Amino acid sequence: MSTNIKTENLSFAYPGDEERQPTVALDGVTLEIERGSFVVVLGHNGSGKSTLAKTFNAVLLPSGGKVYVDGMDTGNEELLLEIRRRIGMVFQNPDNQIVANVVEEDVAFAPENLGVPTAEIRQRVDDALEAVGMTDFTLHAPHLLSGGQKQRIAIAGVLAMLPECIVLDEATAMLDPIGRREVLNVIEGLHREKDVTVVLITHHMNEAENADRVIVMDHGKVAMDGTPKQVFARADELKALGLTVPDTVALLRELRANGLDVPVDALTAEECADAIMKVYR
Amino acid sequence: MLKDITLGQYFPGTTLAHRLDPRTKLIAVVCYIVGIFNCHSAWAYGLMVLTLIASARIAKVGAKALLRGLKPVLFIIAFTAVLNLFYTPGEVLWSWWVLTITREGVRTAIAMMARITLLITGTFLLTYTTSPIQLTDGLESLLNPLKKLRVPVHELAMMMSIALRFIPTLIEETDKIMSAQKARGADFESGGLVQRAKALIPLLVPLFVSAFRRADELATAMECRCYHGGEGRTKLHVLHYAARDYAVLALYLALAIGIIVLD
Repeated sequence: MSTNIKTENLSFAYPGDEERQPTVALDGVTLEIERGSFVVVLGHNGSGKSTLAKTFNAVLLPSGGKVYVDGMDTGNEELLLEIRRRIGMVFQNPDNQIVANVVEEDVAFAPENLGVPTAEIRQRVDDALEAVGMTDFTLHAPHLLSGGQKQRIAIAGVLAMLPECIVLDEATAMLDPIGRREVLNVIEGLHREKDVTVVLITHHMNEAENADRVIVMDHGKVAMDGTPKQVFARADELKALGLTVPDTVALLRELRANGLDVPVDALTAEECADAIMKVYR
Repeated sequence: MLKDITLGQYFPGTTLAHRLDPRTKLIAVVCYIVGIFNCHSAWAYGLMVLTLIASARIAKVGAKALLRGLKPVLFIIAFTAVLNLFYTPGEVLWSWWVLTITREGVRTAIAMMARITLLITGTFLLTYTTSPIQLTDGLESLLNPLKKLRVPVHELAMMMSIALRFIPTLIEETDKIMSAQKARGADFESGGLVQRAKALIPLLVPLFVSAFRRADELATAMECRCYHGGEGRTKLHVLHYAARDYAVLALYLALAIGIIVLD
């Protein structure tokens, strides 16, 4: 697998003013995100995870080090549009990223900006809406949709750019459990069927269960990096970083502490149930 | 309380009036307004009224809906009529104390009322049959030549469509803040005008703060979707004139020119 996004000793500090010192948000992050992978970035508030995401498509430029997207330096002004086309970004608040007052117009916004011919825009809009399961809402007004639906429209709006990678910056944080499930299903489907690289920034541990890789951020540094099973096996370290483990792992650990011989790395509810059943068989 | 606010009272439909190019409708309305202000005789006014009725018929807009649009301007119409009625010099018909009604006064008053009524209903017909997006697209396309004079046409159109997009969002937010402030004991409904205006401060401050934050986030989101101004931008819906557009344009141009020349 080839690399999609690569950071080299990346640092970023929010500029200070007379009263405050500059805030260091990222401190020497070196990462490679493989094409077609599903990466979850975890971290508590202020760990630098959102800042990291924003450096991927040159919304923020590194104050030290480099970020490369498919080998293109994000600091290169001339490549800006191409980098942003390749790395689609979905944000937390669905209301603040929908531009137009008809769903199809909003999905068309990015291809319009890219100067795609009209007939192809139509095709891309229809494809993108189908991919997120919102075809029935093509002519609806976005403000009348539910949070989960709005967020799916936002994803469609990014998909219409035909990106290589979708970065979701806490895109599920403002949604109810149903909306969150809708959005995650769409994202998992896109990853599975269209082979899109997904970087999911979140603080919901359960969203990491289907990931290929989990990166835990703390104080602007990568604190842990590995498969979900590897990372969640280190529950005590996670706790020290202000994070919890998924409910399934927490349950298994509890059972194990009480003398039941179960593995502690079963992440999904099914795996967890199987592991417990095995003990009783 | 805020639910009743509707802006651009667009009624979706598929009539000829709905299917016309927005630019055609904009130009037609301008022609109509030019016509109204050049009307002098009764037959000219009659013609304008007939045009309006015919257009409303085609758009399938009922008289009730059309007249409802007049409600907010009723006061202005009455005020202009009264002013014209009493303050136009000429042949005295009736006089009492400082009030005098002249023949010319009666005539101007009626003419003014007719003009304003036609003006408002005519423009309402435009917003009834044209969605805000079409209107913005139409305006952008019509004003495009002004780009040569460095008028930021695309930016203005973008601002307009974003404003339209955020009206319902901000109304919803206002409702939320209002409820939150009421829960904290704020009173928006009683007291005099000054007191009520003062009560709006705890509503407006959070609304503005959040609007600025929204604007900031929206700008980032737009940049992430490769927005870089109007340069090299294409459109999902491209406007083009059909035969019916030329026909309607010809009719309205003839109307305006006819009224100017003949009346």
